[in-house]
Amino acid sequence: MLYTGCIVEDMTASFALLGLLHNEPSYGYDLKKTYDALFGREKPLAFGQVYATLARLLRDKQVSVEGLDQQGGPERKRYAITPVGRSELATWLGKPELAHPGVQSTLFVKVATAILIDKSPHEFLDAQRAAHLQRMRELTKLRREGDLAQTLRADYALFHLEADLRWIDTTEARIKELTQEIQGERG
Amino acid sequence: MKEGRPLLRASGVHKSFGEVQALRGADLAVQPGEILAIMGPSGSGKSTLLHCLAGILVPEKGEVWLEDTKLNDLSEEARTKLRREQYGFVFQFGQLVPELTALENIALSLLLAGQKRSEAFAASEPWFDQLDIRGLENRRAGEISGGQAQRVALARALVLKPKVLFADEPTGSLDTLAGEKVMELLTKATKDQQTTVVLVTHDARVAAYADREVIVRDGTISKAERRGNV
Repeated sequence: MLYTGCIVEDMTASFALLGLLHNEPSYGYDLKKTYDALFGREKPLAFGQVYATLARLLRDKQVSVEGLDQQGGPERKRYAITPVGRSELATWLGKPELAHPGVQSTLFVKVATAILIDKSPHEFLDAQRAAHLQRMRELTKLRREGDLAQTLRADYALFHLEADLRWIDTTEARIKELTQEIQGERG
Repeated sequence: MKEGRPLLRASGVHKSFGEVQALRGADLAVQPGEILAIMGPSGSGKSTLLHCLAGILVPEKGEVWLEDTKLNDLSEEARTKLRREQYGFVFQFGQLVPELTALENIALSLLLAGQKRSEAFAASEPWFDQLDIRGLENRRAGEISGGQAQRVALARALVLKPKVLFADEPTGSLDTLAGEKVMELLTKATKDQQTTVVLVTHDARVAAYADREVIVRDGTISKAERRGNV
């Protein structure tokens, strides 16, 4: 599977891990492997980042340790998502992202996570499209009222928002295909 | 946009072409004076929805209302009259009469509505300033640029002061700057004369001129976009 250029922020990574735990508990090692296959092909998550993120989620009561496993090797913790974690994940998935450089990676993680937890990504993508269009309306008004310099600055932002929207449209058209790939990856 | 009694509404509209179901229960309400963008992927049913709202197509199931008039119940002749008197249309390609001048093209809709030639031409005149096409009055439609032709087409649609302007990809054949000019003028002119606009577009920059957008997907209005609808 090819998911290019995912430079995922810490916060996004923690929600992605919650998404991976949504359907079943897992170990840190297995979470890293699945995460890298889905989101981090070009920039895998370091083991240190996985365990630091899990420790933070544990502290915030979004995951719990369900069991310990020590079959002839080092002790392994089995992590499970808590009701608090499910609630935080649902809130994150339902909330449109503000436009910023690199937002693409977060949008992709949200789409893939929604598919992972058997939630329709269309709802999130529609909300994101509405938020982007609202920002485009504000910028269109701004360029109408401003001088040329302001117009050109607004144009720059408008073209970037437009690129995001094109990506949203293309992704929506390929949701079925993406769902099959992700389900294949999960086995 | 303040939500009151809608000017135009569709309720549970179904429309098929052979075995293809273009609309499968579309619900939509358009407020007076609103500029509404209808967006959606190719083949989603957005143009079919516009044609049903405009009374060009009659749905197999569901209702379309313009204020207190139910379009489904009207005869073909009555719908044609309603379209001519209450609606204006702008399409992707201006569809001007190439042999006529810009002025004659604008006046044409008034002449067809039965106005005297002198009155029709006098009423068409101010639109050359309003839509920034002064100087083109006597140029034939075939001799002007695409952006200018769209502005003439817009004037032709608005000169009758329609209640609703239907615009199907009005900037689809134009480059970015020419498209923006058309949208700036369309927005200003329709707000000035309080014409409601239903705009079909796949272009987010065009949709950004609207007060609100709805997304058509698989023949229905997407759930997240139903605010303000019936």
